[in-house]
Amino acid sequence: MSQTATTRRDFLCVVAGCAAAATAAGCSDLTHTRWFRSRFIELSPDQKERILAELLEENRKKFPPDKQDQVVLSGKDALPGVEFGYALDISRCVGCRRCVYACVDENNQSRDPQIHWIRVLEMDKERGIDFAHANPYYDTDQVPREDHFYLPVACQQCRNAPCVKSCPVGATWHEEDGIVVVDYDWCIGCRCCMAACPYGARHFNWAEPNVPAEDLNPNLHYLGNRPRPKGVVEKCTFCIQRTRNGRYPACVEICPVGARKFGNLLDPNSEVRYVIEHKRVYVLKAELNTRPRFYYFYGV
Amino acid sequence: MRHTACLLVLVFFLLPACREGRHESSHFPGEVPYSFPEPDLSHIGPPEMEMFPCSDCHDPETADPERRQLEMAHEDIVLEHDEEHRWCLDCHDLENRDMLHLASGELIPFEKSYRLCGQCHGDKYRDWKAGVHGRRTGHWDDPEQQQYLLCANCHSPHSPAFKPIQPKPVPHAPEVTK
Amino acid sequence: MTTARTFFRFVAGSLRLISRGNALYYAWVALLLVGMGIGGAAWWKQFHEGLITTSMRDQMSWGFYIGNFTFLVGVAAAAVTLVVPAYIYQWKPIKEIVVFGELLAIASIVVCALFVMVDIGHPERFWHLIPGLGFLNVPSSLLGWDVIALNSYLLLNFVIVTYLLFTLFRGKDPNKRLFMPLVWLSIPAAIGIHTVTAFLYNGLIARPFWNSAILAPRFIASAFCSGPAVLIILMQLLRRFTNFTIRNEAIWKIAELMAYFMAFNLFLLGAEVFKEYYSDTHHLIHMEYMFTGVQGHTAIVPWMWTAVTCSIVAFLLFLLPKTRRHVLTLNLGCVLIFLGVYLEKGMGLVIPGMTPDTLGEIYEYVPSGNELRLTLGVLCTGALLFTLMVKVATPILLGEFRDRP
Repeated sequence: MSQTATTRRDFLCVVAGCAAAATAAGCSDLTHTRWFRSRFIELSPDQKERILAELLEENRKKFPPDKQDQVVLSGKDALPGVEFGYALDISRCVGCRRCVYACVDENNQSRDPQIHWIRVLEMDKERGIDFAHANPYYDTDQVPREDHFYLPVACQQCRNAPCVKSCPVGATWHEEDGIVVVDYDWCIGCRCCMAACPYGARHFNWAEPNVPAEDLNPNLHYLGNRPRPKGVVEKCTFCIQRTRNGRYPACVEICPVGARKFGNLLDPNSEVRYVIEHKRVYVLKAELNTRPRFYYFYGV
Repeated sequence: MRHTACLLVLVFFLLPACREGRHESSHFPGEVPYSFPEPDLSHIGPPEMEMFPCSDCHDPETADPERRQLEMAHEDIVLEHDEEHRWCLDCHDLENRDMLHLASGELIPFEKSYRLCGQCHGDKYRDWKAGVHGRRTGHWDDPEQQQYLLCANCHSPHSPAFKPIQPKPVPHAPEVTK
Repeated sequence: MTTARTFFRFVAGSLRLISRGNALYYAWVALLLVGMGIGGAAWWKQFHEGLITTSMRDQMSWGFYIGNFTFLVGVAAAAVTLVVPAYIYQWKPIKEIVVFGELLAIASIVVCALFVMVDIGHPERFWHLIPGLGFLNVPSSLLGWDVIALNSYLLLNFVIVTYLLFTLFRGKDPNKRLFMPLVWLSIPAAIGIHTVTAFLYNGLIARPFWNSAILAPRFIASAFCSGPAVLIILMQLLRRFTNFTIRNEAIWKIAELMAYFMAFNLFLLGAEVFKEYYSDTHHLIHMEYMFTGVQGHTAIVPWMWTAVTCSIVAFLLFLLPKTRRHVLTLNLGCVLIFLGVYLEKGMGLVIPGMTPDTLGEIYEYVPSGNELRLTLGVLCTGALLFTLMVKVATPILLGEFRDRP
């Protein structure tokens, strides 16, 4: 499929003349540039390497001069035998929002306009989980507030993901380790996935994202936290640039109450498996059959 | 008739679509242990104690084992930890002040205080050993490269309830520029 | 070869036709060009600054553009209300005017495509949607299906109309064996485009307001009210400004058909209202937001009651043969039903469907100035396209524009 697509694109390239670009780059090379190429998932290792190298140079310039040599742009594949899962203890979460900002720092989310991949909802204890009465804008000196509990929501990495199903160009897909990713260079910005997501987990770059150069995290992954252009959708990737290198996600590391658990669902010794086996877990909006890999549990 | 045909065609194409985009593993493999071995915590210590070693001041010869209001030192410690039934010497050892003792009388160093806590809070102790109670940082795939915290790093032993903290800034509500 | 030459004369003649007209024609075209200019400027701004220039945000990620898109798919589908009586039942009064329905369908689909183009974050990546070149995610993505359905319908109508007009231009009768299968195909295709567009919303489990099995029937019913309303007004304008004779019978027949669809449309709305209010689950909140407002957020409420009132009054006007046939009440009814359906689909579908958002947050969406200007530009583009096509089609149908080799 990708082979024919590439050939056809070559053909189109010739037919359309592709004027200046073609003469500058040589027509066959043009098919491997970020413009005329396939989805990241369909690229050959060679093509990936070339595109990553090109993107790395482009992204380096966004960093302050002294940080430029630290910039790494990975395209690392899923680790074999790994399917990631997450568990969050809502009896522990105090709603301090430290995860929200650790995530922003780690994943280079736009500061203004503000994009937060994690939304912490304050709920009335008397109502239980009731989104209609949830408040993400609680403003107080101290948390937790009396009579309230807190429910952080980010991408649930659904096994039956409505977003993946709805994307007209296949710009978002399930990786082998279960992470739902977005190819920012393929997304057309139609926002079908945002309409489809029951968890408000997908975020659109309504304007050019804005992150101060000195605050950019140089440890980048193509499918994760690399700087995004305006007009594309982004979302939590379980910190793909960390977790595929064995590290815990940033939100797990920052949580002051240790409410966030992460690990390999295929490893019986992992924390998530322990939670699933020995605690009682539930998933958000189970009636929608999205089958999240993100579990909530009561640790107490 | 024609409409029916059209609908049939739609249904024919849409039904397989309903299952598209799924990515499911079968049942989780393996058996999950109930209990994990004690982690190796030699690299971390208990929270810093200003006045350690305790034996600098406490002399077993002059010790008063009676339960009382403290007046000469440690007045700042307010016990909020089953205070009706407990007091200092239930955990701190009268004879060896630089150690703690379990209910059995076994002496343990402060670095192993989790064993003391685990006597009452057995379920937390079990979860903590599995990495589920409390925070664990480092590498999810390598226990050698994981950092643990002791109970006392998060909970004051004298007043263990988690204290309210200040939250990070409120997110921006959507606003329309013009 | 001779056909090619004739076709060249057809195109050249058409260009001549659209470049000439009376003062009123020029004024109208100029007005539309001004509208397009305003829209173009707005689009330029949006292209450079991003969709931040709209009022859409993560909480309300689709808005006025997609509402207009949905409405106009309905208008395009409504051509079928003329095609069926004209070609299937061979009813002469409507057969004379069916081309205008098809032209309206073409213009509407083009406008729909433009609305999608202005709504997406990366219009320059539209080629990702082209199968073979890019990757069209069918059968799973309903937008993918919509791309196929809308483009097929556009192509079908374009071929039908071009063939018909070109044949008449040559002074011949259309070859029925070539022509009729296309016409027949256009009927399920019309139902198809609006059904698939309804499914685009319908299939979203995250939005209970849309996740209702009667959404597609509601789309069809309301489209068959609003589309013909446009046609009836256009017919009268055509009668007024050209030598074209359009019989009252044709208009009355369309009006009668509309009355049935209006009744059906109101019935379906009632069924939806009953289900939500009587069952009173947490899904009700979207309809509450629409009709009464939630927690003091009432921006959309007056518009929705206006829509319902318009639809009911229009239905009553069309129900009685007397008012349906009177020129004043007929046109009043057309305006009211158009307005009613436009508000219901343009705003009443998209906005309450996404408010509150999936996590319960209420963001009161009101289209921004730039959004409205861009919408104006897109609608003017469609109106201009339709005007130019009518300018060519009318003299051909009247026999005034014929090939003279």
